[in-house]
Amino acid sequence: MNKLRKQLELNVQLILEKRPQSSGLMNLFSPLLAIVLTIVVGGLIFAAMGKPPLTALYLYFIDPLTSWWSVEEVLVKAGPLVLIGVGLAVCFKANVWNIGAEGQLTVGALMGAIIPILWGEWQSPFALVAMLCLGALGGALFALIPAWLKTHFGVNEILTSLMLVYIAQLLLDWFVRGPWKDPNGYNFPKSVSFEGWHLLPMWGDGRMHFGLLVSLVAALVLFWIMRHTLKGFEINVVGSAPRAGAFAGFSQTKMVWFCFALSGGLAGLAGLIEVAGPIGQLQPQISPNYGFTAIIVAFLGRLNPLGVIFAGILLAISYIGGEGIQIELGISSKITQMFQGMLLFFILMCDTLILYRLKWISTKPNQSTTGHAS
Amino acid sequence: MLNKSNNNAPMTLLQVTNISKKFGDFYANDNLNLSIETGKVHALLGENGAGKSTLVKMMYGALQPTSGSIFWQGQETLIASPAHARELGIGMVFQHFSLFEALTVAENISLALPVQLRQGDLSQRIADLSLDYGLPLNPAALVADLSVGERQRIEIVRCLLQQPKLLIMDEPTAVLTPQEAQALFSTLRRLVEEGCAVLYISHRLEEVKQICHDATILRHGKLVAEVDPKVETAATLAQLMVGSSVHQVTRNTNGEIGEVLLSLSHLYQSSSAPFGVDLVDVNLQVKSGEILAIAGVAGNGQGELFSVISGEERNPQQHFISLLGQVSDGLNINQRRLLGAAFVPEERMGHGAVEHLSLTDNILLSRHACNDTESPLDRGWFGIDRRQLAQLNKAISINYDVRKSREDDVAGSLSGGNLQKFVVGRELNRKPKVLVINQPTWGVDAGAAALIRQAVIDLSRQGSAILIISQDLDEIFELADTIAVISRGQLSPSYAASELSREKIGLMMAGSHEQTAQAAGA
Repeated sequence: MNKLRKQLELNVQLILEKRPQSSGLMNLFSPLLAIVLTIVVGGLIFAAMGKPPLTALYLYFIDPLTSWWSVEEVLVKAGPLVLIGVGLAVCFKANVWNIGAEGQLTVGALMGAIIPILWGEWQSPFALVAMLCLGALGGALFALIPAWLKTHFGVNEILTSLMLVYIAQLLLDWFVRGPWKDPNGYNFPKSVSFEGWHLLPMWGDGRMHFGLLVSLVAALVLFWIMRHTLKGFEINVVGSAPRAGAFAGFSQTKMVWFCFALSGGLAGLAGLIEVAGPIGQLQPQISPNYGFTAIIVAFLGRLNPLGVIFAGILLAISYIGGEGIQIELGISSKITQMFQGMLLFFILMCDTLILYRLKWISTKPNQSTTGHAS
Repeated sequence: MLNKSNNNAPMTLLQVTNISKKFGDFYANDNLNLSIETGKVHALLGENGAGKSTLVKMMYGALQPTSGSIFWQGQETLIASPAHARELGIGMVFQHFSLFEALTVAENISLALPVQLRQGDLSQRIADLSLDYGLPLNPAALVADLSVGERQRIEIVRCLLQQPKLLIMDEPTAVLTPQEAQALFSTLRRLVEEGCAVLYISHRLEEVKQICHDATILRHGKLVAEVDPKVETAATLAQLMVGSSVHQVTRNTNGEIGEVLLSLSHLYQSSSAPFGVDLVDVNLQVKSGEILAIAGVAGNGQGELFSVISGEERNPQQHFISLLGQVSDGLNINQRRLLGAAFVPEERMGHGAVEHLSLTDNILLSRHACNDTESPLDRGWFGIDRRQLAQLNKAISINYDVRKSREDDVAGSLSGGNLQKFVVGRELNRKPKVLVINQPTWGVDAGAAALIRQAVIDLSRQGSAILIISQDLDEIFELADTIAVISRGQLSPSYAASELSREKIGLMMAGSHEQTAQAAGA
């Protein structure tokens, strides 16, 4: 027997062992671990590029928070990320995979822009309200396309929602180069500049606007819904235990419609807020991939609307930090995408540790080569 | 076929000494000793969670012991993997089969065999061997078309092709009709006559008495007794398994039978699942004060019947289902609950309850749309009424003896029996007028089963109509006033329980009441 044990100890390997219960501690700790890993690997990459890693990391993550101007800029970027992110968090919680928020954002912006571009003379607070409603409606309707395809034909919503992003972007491109091009714009692919009640109220000396309030309210309302109401319960149950959901009388099909309408509507609203806020007109590029980055925001925020607020701010820093580092150290601002990608990668990796733990085990060398475990 | 031992004197084939298996701080097996002899059927008895499966998995190489040793034919052996166990000559027939439904019998067997055994005319060998052992199988048949009993034969034949010296069978009769079980017993007798040893896991005491030579009884991971099952009675065996005498269910027979509360008439429903069972011309009536039990082998349309009655699966046609006198085909499960019906599905976890949710959340799961609380549980934007849920949780726990470590524990941390008491209690607490319950005590310890059965009887005596779908004939005879049998989606007429014998039910389970294909198609 002892001889056998010896033999065992020679062959040691690291395995993932399923935890008897999911770890509450890791659920909180996993995003932090992911952030630490991102910073460490990011530092190594800066070093490999021949840049001073500590300075680069300082410029990337801390410097954006050292002046009021850049803090405002961070908040302006966090606004759409949080607004889209909370919608996606609800979606993902229900096990519905809307990957096309970027497209819904684009269509929302287009729909909302109907009023300043086609009814430019209508100047009243109601015009702005109508723009906000149209923006949300446009995003929601566009999101209902993958919902319809999924519920009626069983088409995978990940593919359809993603592919519709490119359709939406080409649509925007066509509008600003074609019918909605500003006639007095020297042939630039831009619409007329929005004016008066077609722009969101701003305050402060920077670019803080009404949209940030919308994001905050949306996050708080969704937090309440998810935490305390039957709808939130339904989303949780349908997402995690579909058969129990059917037993509770919750409809899977209606949930798909609801999730796409909600997340698409919020993404459309975010798109409208961008063009009626910081940008002030339609142009071919209206978003630095907010719709995709919001996926990372949703996961980093633990699919919890309050968590999404903090995750949105962190990802906003990565945008501003990327720009700062480009100016200060001459590193391509593509580094932003790399950091965001690493962050998502590490968070999904660390999430494994919620359900599993790492364990060193010893195994016996495989004696037989025939057959396999049934 | 098998290596016949030359002398008939039994010799020790497999011996387990002082074996323990620890999961975390929990001993699933605590210092067990067991020896299996050739030419004998050895029973391993115990309630769910007694540690039978853990022990067997160690013998089959699927788990490694924490301490202790296994001797195979007198040699200390480390059984590294199931493949290694098969090489040694240990075969195992699992309770849940792993067969590909879209493949034929021969293809399924071929997939699971080591390469050297796949040579030659496998189909012929399967046909010969299965006939030889009284387990007739058509090697070219599609598994999807076979009954559960026939599927089990595939697994047995697969084991026999490898000429095992020890055959381990995990609850083999749980899915068989009484007649199929008898056929299996003759095969097992034939095998042990040839010198093979069989380790037979079961909690059906009658059959253990019938075919087993030795019995080892486990309780809470410990060995409690080694007995000769022929001299024990079912009652003494049960007492050893449970550790105390089992509470007998009392049935007050003078309950009053009233009007029809649940009826199905000429219900046809094609299954939406790929290999599901279509329901054909199902008729039944359950009256107030009556318990109707539907017997049948698993997989004959019970699940489909349950979901069409509960409303989880909607019937596209009209006027087939009526609850409390109201046509209910168009109603969803919550509308049916509002009429006064309650449902308990077969699977506790994932269907009747959600593992990671608290008990109060699990109460909300089936009761959020019911109007039998003092005020609605769902208060819209003002959120869910947690105070009432906590009260309900308390009441259910007390009335149905749900044992847990914290007042509002997550469902996943309750044992099977306690969770079943909770899931049943959650519905009974509403005093429903109609209760439909699928496998009420499946995989539940004897104490919990007795409590659940008593509660169901008490409800019916208060004037509710109760439909029970069960595979357990003991349970059916204990509870039912009337009995019907389901087979391949067809339901037999209902008979008074006193009119039926086990044999008659067995014949009906095998399909004696089924209409011919032409008649059914008409």
